[in-house]
Amino acid sequence: MNWIHAAVAIVVVLGGVLTLCMYLIWIERKVSARIQDRIGPNRVGPFGLLQSVADGIKFVLKEDVIPATADKALFVIAPTISVFTTMLAFSVVPFGPPPSQPGGFPFAIAANLDIGILFVFAVTSLAVYGVILGGWSSNNKYSALGSLRSSAQVVSYEIPLGLSVLGVGLLAGSFNLETVIAGQAVGFFHWNIWFQPLAWLIFFASGLAESNRLPFDLPECEQELVGGYHTEYSALKFAMFFLAEYTHVITTSFLTVIMFFGGWHFPWIAEPESVYTGATVVKVLVLLAKVGGIITFIMVIRWTIPRFRFDQLMALTWKVFIPLSLANLLGMMIVKQYDLSLWWMLPFSAALVVVTTGVSLWMTRGVPENVAAQWRGRLT
Amino acid sequence: MPIKPEDVTWVKEPQYGLLDAMYLPAIAEGLRTTVQHLFKPDTITQQYPEEKPDLPLNYRGVHRLNRDDQGRVKCVACFLCATACPARCIEIVGDKAPWPDRDKYPTKFVIDELKCIYCGMCEEACPVDAIELTSIYDLVGYSRQEMLFDREKLLSVYDLTVNSGKDPIRTHSTPLGPASQIATTLFPAGGSASVADPVGPLGPPSQPELPHHERTP
Repeated sequence: MNWIHAAVAIVVVLGGVLTLCMYLIWIERKVSARIQDRIGPNRVGPFGLLQSVADGIKFVLKEDVIPATADKALFVIAPTISVFTTMLAFSVVPFGPPPSQPGGFPFAIAANLDIGILFVFAVTSLAVYGVILGGWSSNNKYSALGSLRSSAQVVSYEIPLGLSVLGVGLLAGSFNLETVIAGQAVGFFHWNIWFQPLAWLIFFASGLAESNRLPFDLPECEQELVGGYHTEYSALKFAMFFLAEYTHVITTSFLTVIMFFGGWHFPWIAEPESVYTGATVVKVLVLLAKVGGIITFIMVIRWTIPRFRFDQLMALTWKVFIPLSLANLLGMMIVKQYDLSLWWMLPFSAALVVVTTGVSLWMTRGVPENVAAQWRGRLT
Repeated sequence: MPIKPEDVTWVKEPQYGLLDAMYLPAIAEGLRTTVQHLFKPDTITQQYPEEKPDLPLNYRGVHRLNRDDQGRVKCVACFLCATACPARCIEIVGDKAPWPDRDKYPTKFVIDELKCIYCGMCEEACPVDAIELTSIYDLVGYSRQEMLFDREKLLSVYDLTVNSGKDPIRTHSTPLGPASQIATTLFPAGGSASVADPVGPLGPPSQPELPHHERTP
């Protein structure tokens, strides 16, 4: 009955993600509006709830322009690459607890994939091809600049992203996302965030960069690049880029919750041994609630931190994130090797941050502040 | 004039400390602000079609032609507004007034509301306070022709706005406003053929209720 499960999961994931994306746009607009003391969409339907539907209809009905000088084949393929890869990445992400009895619904399209995390990162990093090809094939300077930045970005954030996840892999002893959750579903103080706070920080920042969200939305910064890589895109093709971005946000949020915040586990109401009626539904809801929280946090972050310059982003990732994540991984290895208490990782991560900052300050003693800031890769 | 040294306050650049270099406290501080606004926004947006704006009394919207006490058009076709108009949007054709209290009256008085820049110069120029700008701001029409407001239309704007509370008549001094008063005082011996007695049937001139401009006679 495996293929039926897979088919059901595909329908649920596709339908769920598409609907979620639609409403994420509404939520994002509402959140942005509230933060900026505005009201946000409130005309179409109650509380503007049908705004996304109206937007969708508009996207379908708009004229689909392909610039005369564009590379037509790549121009058409680029958005589909973006959507396809981000959707594919979601196939291994479990959106619920594992089946309580053998043969139950697995809550993932490809459940129990042993290279789960690796697969996600391998596939999602392909999504950047969509961005690069889209920008390049548009034959527009702004688009090309956008995709250029995207390439600069991808060589920066991919490494700390992968390195930060290795610590989690060591903790769980597996890259299987279900195993990672099972390792945390022991209790509230077994969630990986307690042992890998630094890894979370790096993973989250890199995840923002990967999904092109502020403060790392360099490929599409409107103020500098008109629209960035999707300047020339209109109608459904633009909608596909949009969809890809939001799917990316959803995937990143799911992974954050699964790897650092205990997945579907929550003390008392969603323990692995809780078998009351509807326990599975509660677990799914717990997971979705956590994901919703992370997504909202991403949206709030958008209006909190100003956009990085792309040399700042590269300096931050190469000079700060990569050494930090390597040190974090080293600490994790030592703890595992000598069977120390995992709680050592918490002070170790904090010390790592403080020491790195201290060292960078000490190294730039006597250097003019603006130069020093550049060296440190921080905002001047 | 050079700035005196004691007037200059030298501000020292803040020291870049460990916490600043760590960058995280600053993010937390920023998050505090955004989350605060997320849960308690100070929204001041006006939901326009449902909520109307509260306009000030001197708002300059669509024009009106005032009526005098007997419901006749107050305008004496002196062309001062048309002369003052920087947009040249007022077209007046005057004729001999059928009433004994004034020389002329407008047979045609057309304002092109599309040409008008709503500066209020006509209102200032008018010696008899016949033309005034109202608080009507949502002026729409299907054609350019429709936006040429003639005498009757402008008088109907008066009827529409006179009791709205937002557009009071700004002067009631005499049947024809202060300028006609000047004429009768300067040329008492029949300089103004219409009003021989400045007191007239309506009694002595009263002070304007809402003086809006300082006029030099």
